[in-house]
This record gives sequence, structure tokens and C-alpha cells, in this order.
Amino acid sequence: MEKKEFHVIADTGIHARPATLLVQSASKFNSEITLQYQDKSVNLKSIMGVMSLGVGKDADVTISAEGADEADAIAALAETMKKEGLSE
Amino acid sequence: MAEKVLKGIAASDGIAIAKAYMLVDPDLSFEKTTVANTEAEVKRLHDAFDASKAELKVIKDKAVENLGEEEAEVFEAHITILSDPEMLGQIEGKIKDDKVNAEEALKEVTDTFISMFEAMTDNAYMQERAGDIRDVTKRVLSHLLGVTLPSPALINSEVIVVAHDLTPSDTAQLDRKYVKGFITDIGGRTSHSAIMSRTLEIPAVVGSETATTDIKAGDTLVLDGINGSALLKPTDAEIKDYQQQAKDFVAQKAEWAKLKNEATVSKDGKHFELASNIGTPDDMDGVLDAGSEAIGLFRSEFLYMNSAELPDEDTQFEAYKKVVEGMKGKPVIVRTMDIGGDKHLPYLPLPDEMNPFLGYRAIRISLDRDDIFRTQLRALLRASHYGQLRIMFPMIATLDEFRKAKSIFEEEKAKLVKAGTPVADDIKLGIMIEIPAAAILADQFAKEVDFFSIGTNDLIQYSFAADRGNEHVSYLYQPYNPSLLRLIKHVIDAAHANGRFTGMCGEVAGDQIAVPLLMGLGLDEFSMSSTSVLKTRSLMKKIDTKEMAKLADKAINECVTNEEVKELVEKNVFNK
Repeated sequence: MEKKEFHVIADTGIHARPATLLVQSASKFNSEITLQYQDKSVNLKSIMGVMSLGVGKDADVTISAEGADEADAIAALAETMKKEGLSE
Repeated sequence: MAEKVLKGIAASDGIAIAKAYMLVDPDLSFEKTTVANTEAEVKRLHDAFDASKAELKVIKDKAVENLGEEEAEVFEAHITILSDPEMLGQIEGKIKDDKVNAEEALKEVTDTFISMFEAMTDNAYMQERAGDIRDVTKRVLSHLLGVTLPSPALINSEVIVVAHDLTPSDTAQLDRKYVKGFITDIGGRTSHSAIMSRTLEIPAVVGSETATTDIKAGDTLVLDGINGSALLKPTDAEIKDYQQQAKDFVAQKAEWAKLKNEATVSKDGKHFELASNIGTPDDMDGVLDAGSEAIGLFRSEFLYMNSAELPDEDTQFEAYKKVVEGMKGKPVIVRTMDIGGDKHLPYLPLPDEMNPFLGYRAIRISLDRDDIFRTQLRALLRASHYGQLRIMFPMIATLDEFRKAKSIFEEEKAKLVKAGTPVADDIKLGIMIEIPAAAILADQFAKEVDFFSIGTNDLIQYSFAADRGNEHVSYLYQPYNPSLLRLIKHVIDAAHANGRFTGMCGEVAGDQIAVPLLMGLGLDEFSMSSTSVLKTRSLMKKIDTKEMAKLADKAINECVTNEEVKELVEKNVFNK
């Protein structure tokens, strides 16, 4: 299993367009990918799940992936997080 | 005769003739049933999801093409919701475990999500997502039930759209190639749908009340966006007549459009300032499209009416600055808050009055509540640095009122200057002429005020003592009555004798009968809705002011009634 922590810097948190892009990016991989925030964890391929977490600015979240392409998935998601200004 | 003539509000001018396309939700009701073959039911669900996704892709592409990526994002969000494995998984689970039909399973699962998002009351963004889920659910349900969910993006032949109301996402998808116009049940001239119709430049009638009940899909319609009406199932003769009118209108508009960058100069070479009336900075597009030479009336009360509380100084400053900058140095006359009469603010309770139009309104409130007034003046002063801003006070009856307003203005100006805030030092201060007392004493006012702007709607109402909203006395709305023309002449002459200018910002300024007379009287500035500007410029270029001076003299000294003046102009100017 691959894991990576992120500190959210976007003013609006994980919302709207960035959330959609994150989900789309996760959906390209076969691994099971989850987004964990506080004590809750959701399927990162589920837009409803991601939005229901209500991740705001300054939140610390963890993305984990398990499967054959887990390393690639984490690398791609870290890239999206950065590109969309969600995290540094 | 047409089967029925629907009346509404003219939202965007032009004429369209086409078949009706009903943008009305179909019946999506269903019964909860038990299914034996759950596998087949799951397949039915998947098919409906796939069909919905395919449809949304079409809609999205269309929106990208017509409006750009940003506007189309909402549909991308819808597709992402449909691709959500958790949601689909839960619906499948319900079908398998509870043996219910796909419709019921879909509804139960999406209802849970909708109420979850709606419960996030501290987050407006998430609450809005509930609407997205609702939209998506409707689309999947329509495929399950085998009915078509109408969508503007799916229109592929020439139609007139009929709807209860048009949401931003509906208008975002209207394809001008096919949508020739639209008619709605609700809405007014400034509702979203009406504003969009003018942006898209398609004829529209809003607020018809009964369009969706009277009209059926495929009915032939004549939509008259000039007069705000629609003919349902018109006769061949009526269609022919409107086809001609539509042709004339297009030709006329093209002719007017050529005048956009021309100065407004009469046949004998006299220049007039042709200006626009606006309510908010959003109206600037129309001003620029019409090639207006100024803004003769910025109704600042709209900033107050479109707000949930008194707009603060910065909010007002931004709005004024945007308009002043947009005009690139051309004059912008802002009228200070004109609240009261028929205009109310939910957060500023006014006393109950027997005669609100004769009561506590406009400058009378501003002088009484100088906290509100000072905030507005400071915002205006700060905006003055960015172009040519002028200020006028509404409902001035006495010179004392003007002096008080001016001294408050000077105090705020001095404070800002002292604080080092950049402020224009030549801001002209004027008054509205709408109260007969001020009109009659214009020669004295003209020594102290920089300009006059005649507000005809109120000046007529107060001169004839006739409530402008009361239909029983509507015959007293007499814009050409010699008594009114005499008042106007007196005001213009008084201004000119003191080197001041006079404008007009009421309905009459764009009235085709009044304009020639007002040119003859020497009115300096004509301010009207942007849509009337080019039409009026076209008329003004044909007018000889010396001839009109004689005609105006005749109207004032020889005519006795409103009707006589009208006939005089029709005969001498329009050869009728």
C-alpha cells in the first residue's frame, strides 16, 4: 500500500472543479484509492464521498492506494493536488 | 384570427415565427414495485446511466461551443456524479437486497445524498450540489421511464422555446442557430431570462403567466418581442404580416447599427449628447453596444435594492468605479439614492404614508439619514478619480435642500482630501427637475447648480396631480401638453442664461414625437434606455433645429392640448 499526506492550502478546500479533477484522476487507476480526513475515510473515485467530507482550508488529509498501480496512482494524485492549487 | 394572443413583458425586441418547443418537465412519477429478476433490473439501471451520460456529453459540448469551458463545467460535474461508483453501487445494492425497481432504488439513494448536502447549512456551495444531484436524478429517471427530458442543447430545428422560467443553466445551452426566441410564464424585464435574451439578441417575451398551459408542443407561434405578445396558431395572413414586420425590423436595425460610432449631430450641424440610463454596472454592455455618448442617469437605488443590507462604501465604490472606468472619460451622472414612493428596501423600514409619492423619499431621506447619504457620497467621491463623474440629487423642491446636500458633499470631500484620497476636483453637482416648484424657480437654481436633468415621469405626475400608477387617471399622462412644454422651456432657458446645461432622463427623452420639439427647445442631453439610443440618433440626424425652434414655439404658444401638439409634430416632422 502507498500513502501520502497533504496539507490543504486552497481557500475553498477540496471543492468544485479541483474535487472533480481529483476524482477523475483517481478513476484512471485500478487500485483502491481512499481519501482520509480526521476519522473518516471515503472512496476517492466517488465525487459524492469526497464532497461529503467537507475538507476545508488547512485540513490535513491522507490519500492511500492499494493495488498493482498504487505507486503511479499516488504520484498522479500528488501532481493533481499541486496543479489545482490544493496543496503544495 | 389567431387562436389566442398572449400578453407579457417585452424582454428583447425582434420578431420570430416558429413552432413551440416545450421546455417543461415531463411527468416523472412512478410506482414502487417488486422485481423478481434483479439482474435485468440492474442492467436497466446501467443502460439509463449510460444513456444519461451520453446525453450530458452532447449537452456539455454544446455548452462549451456556445459559452466556453467555464460555463460548461456544471455538466462535467453532472457526468462525474453519474460516474460515481459509490452511488451506483448503493443503488445496485438496493435493487438486489430489497428487490425494488430501479426507479425506487435510484430515488431512495439520491434522496439520502440530497438531504445530506442540503443539511450542510454552513456551506452554500455544498447546498447547491444538492441541486446537481436532483438534476442528474431527473435525467436518469427520464431514461428509466422512457420519456424525453427536454433540454435546450438537444434542440436541432428552428423553434420558439416555451418555459415556466429559464434557469441560467437553460439559457447557457440555448443555441442561437435553432432557438429563434422564447416566452416564459414568469419574470420581468430585469430577470435573468430577460437579460440573457438581450445578450443573445433573440426576441423574448417574459411574464406571460399562461404560456406553458396555453401552448402545446409543435403549435405555431408568432413571437413579438417588440410589443411583448405572442400569437398562438396565427392565420396565414397574420404570419405574412409579421414576416414583413420582421424583415423591416432587421433592415431597420442594421441601418441603426451603422450609427453606433457616429456623433449625434442634427441636420443643421448642432451637437447633442445622447446618453443611456442604467441601473447597475451589468448594464454597461448595452451602453457600449449602443454607442452612447454618456450615462445620463445611473439609478444608484438599484445597488440598494439588489442588496440584503445597506451597501457599504467599498461595495458602492466598486460599482461606481466600474461604470466610470467603462465610460473612458465620458460623463457619468449618478443620481443619489431615490428610495421611497414605489421603491422600498426590506432592511430600511419607511413610515406608512397616505401619499408615499408626496412623502418621505429620495433626497428627503438622504438629508434626514445623513449617515446613509455620507457613505454614498464618499463612495462617489472616491470613484470620481477614475473618470468624469457627476452627481445629481433627486426630488429637490427648494434651494435650501440643494445647499444642505452640497454642504454635506463638501464636508466629505474635504475629509477625503485631507486623508490623501485622490478625488476629482471638478465634480459637477446637479439636480433632478421633477417637482414643479423647482422647475418654476429654475432661474434662481441655475445660479448655484451645475446642471439640471428633467425627470419627466415625476414632473408629469406632479404637474397634473395624477398618480402615475393609477390606471383610472392614466389619461392625464400628457407628455406633449403645452403646459409641460412651457415648464421645460423655462428650465432650459434658465440653465442657458447661466451657462449651465439641461438634460432629460425620463421616458419622454426617447419619445419620437417629443425629441424633435426638445431639440427645438435646445435641450442639451437626452438620456434613455440603451435600446432606444440608436433609433433616436437616427431620428435626430434628420432634424433641423432651426425649423424645430419655430415648431416648438408654435406648440407652446398656439396649441392648447396634448393632442394638438402631437398632430402638429406628426404633420410637420413625419408627414402624416
